[in-house]
Amino acid sequence: MINLEFIINTISLGSLYAMLALGLVIIYGILRLVNFAYGELIMVGGYTMFLLSGATPLPWLVISVLAVGAAMFTSLFTELVAFRPVREKSLTAMLITSFAVSTLLQNGALLIISPRARAVTLPQIFQTSVMIAGTSVPWRNILIILTCIVMLTLLTLLLRYTVLGIALRAAADNFTMTRILGVPANTVISTAFAISGIMAGIVSIFWIGRSGSVTPTIGAPPLLVAFVATVIGGMRSLTGAVVGGFVYAILISLLGVLLPPGLMEFREAFMFVFVIIILLFRPEGLIRSKTSVERVG
Amino acid sequence: MLELNDIHARYGAITALRGISIAVSQGELVALLGVNGAGKSTTLATIAGVLRAWQGSMLFEGRSILGKSPEQVARLGISLVPEGRDIFPSLTVEENLRLGAFTRREKSEYRRNLNEVYELFPVLEERLQQPGGTLSGGEQQQLAIARALMSSPRLLMLDEPSLGLAPALVDQIFELIARLHQRGVTILLVEQNVNRTLEIVNRAYLMNTGLIVNQGTPQQLRAHADIEGIYMGVRRQAST
Repeated sequence: MINLEFIINTISLGSLYAMLALGLVIIYGILRLVNFAYGELIMVGGYTMFLLSGATPLPWLVISVLAVGAAMFTSLFTELVAFRPVREKSLTAMLITSFAVSTLLQNGALLIISPRARAVTLPQIFQTSVMIAGTSVPWRNILIILTCIVMLTLLTLLLRYTVLGIALRAAADNFTMTRILGVPANTVISTAFAISGIMAGIVSIFWIGRSGSVTPTIGAPPLLVAFVATVIGGMRSLTGAVVGGFVYAILISLLGVLLPPGLMEFREAFMFVFVIIILLFRPEGLIRSKTSVERVG
Repeated sequence: MLELNDIHARYGAITALRGISIAVSQGELVALLGVNGAGKSTTLATIAGVLRAWQGSMLFEGRSILGKSPEQVARLGISLVPEGRDIFPSLTVEENLRLGAFTRREKSEYRRNLNEVYELFPVLEERLQQPGGTLSGGEQQQLAIARALMSSPRLLMLDEPSLGLAPALVDQIFELIARLHQRGVTILLVEQNVNRTLEIVNRAYLMNTGLIVNQGTPQQLRAHADIEGIYMGVRRQAST
C-alpha cells in the first residue's frame, strides 16, 4: 500500500500544500491578517488560463506564466485598493475587507464569465506518466515537486540575502521597529502580497491541472487547506507553513489508504480530529515562533 | 536642530503629552527626566512618527515632521532606540546591522559605519552570525545602539538604554553615550537614572504628567529644581 508511488504522490501533494500555505503565512506574518481572498487568487489564475487557452494560440508555458502574473497582479491590486485604506484602522476591518474582496471576486466571475465550470486546456505532460522503478508516476506530480524546490530555494535566497528579504523577516518580528529603521511599510507589504500572489498563481496551475476546469468557487478548498496547514505548522513562521503543508498531505494520504472504503467520505472529518489533537498538545502549531505577537498599528 | 512646540499627543488613555516644548541643538546631549508615565517615551515615539501629535508643531532642521510616518522621519536622519531595545530576535546580528543601514545605500559608508560599530562594540563582531534573540541583555542593548548608528543618524534618540542592565553594564552604557556625544552625535536621552544622566548631559528637561515642569543645565537643575521631590511626590500620591 505504502509504496514508491504513494510516497512520490504524497511528497507532491505536500509540495503543493506547502506552497499554498506559504502564500497565506507570508501576509499573516507581517500584518496578522488571514487573507480570506487568497483562494480567489487561484480562481483568477484559473480563469486567466481558461481565457487565454481558448482565445489565443499561446503555448501552455506562456499561458501559465501569465496566469501567475495575473494572480500576483490581483493580489497587489487588492492590497492597494482594499487593504491599504483600512490598514491603520483595525485588524477586524482588514479581516472583513478580505471577506468582501473574496465575495466581490467570486461574484465578478459569476457575472462576467459563468457559474458553470469552464474547461482549461491542459498540456500533454499533465496527462502522461513516467515509469520510475517499476511504478508509474504522473508527470504532473514530478513537476509539482520540482516547482516547489525551485520556489523554496528562490524564497530562501530572497529572504536571506537581499535587504528587502531581511526587511520582510524583520517586519514579521517587529513591524514598527522595521519602520523606525526607515523601511517603508508599503514596500514590505506590497512585496508580501506579490509573493503571496505568485504562490497562489503557481498553485492554480497545478490545482486546476487536476480537474481540468475552473469555477467561481474553486478558491474555497485551497483556502481551507492553506489555513489548516498553517494552523498545524504554526502561523508565525514560514518554516511552519512548509511543515504544515507536508503534515497535512501525509495525514490525508495515509487516511486515504488506511480508512475502510465505507468511511472514506469522512476522510476530512478524521483529518480534523488529527488537527484538533495536534492543537491540544501544540496550540501554537508544530513550529513555534520566538517572537511576541505584534502588529502594524 | 529639533524643535517641539506645544505638542499634544495621546498614547492609549494613560500617558498623554499636554503641550510640551523642547529644543535640541546640533551637537548637544539633552535628557528627558521624570518618573514612569511622565510622557518621556511618548515624546520620543511622537518625534519618531510612531505616535501622531494632534496639536502643536514639530520641526527638524527647519522642516516640519508633524504627521510624518516613521520611515519618513528615519530618512531625515532621526534614529530611535526604543525602550526594551526591540532588536529583531530571529535575525542574525549582521542582519540587524544591515537593516540599520537601510536608509544608507552607499557601500563605503556601510563599511565605515560597520568598522566604527566593531570598534565601539567588539562583542558584536564576535557574534555576527548569531540570532539577535540569543544575545544577553547587555549585548542586545549594544546591538540596538549599534543598529541605530549604522544609519549615521543626525539625531540619536535613546529610550532608557540602561534599563534592566547589571550595574557594571550601566556604567559602560553611560560611558558610551558620553563618548558618542564627544564624537559629535546629537543625542536626546530618556533616563530614570537621574544622577548618572546629569553627569553627562548639556541640558535636561524634567517631565511630569505630560508636562515639562523644569529645564536647564545640570547645575541649574541641581540648584533649583526639586528633582527628588518629583519622584517623592509621585510616591506620596501613589501611597495615599
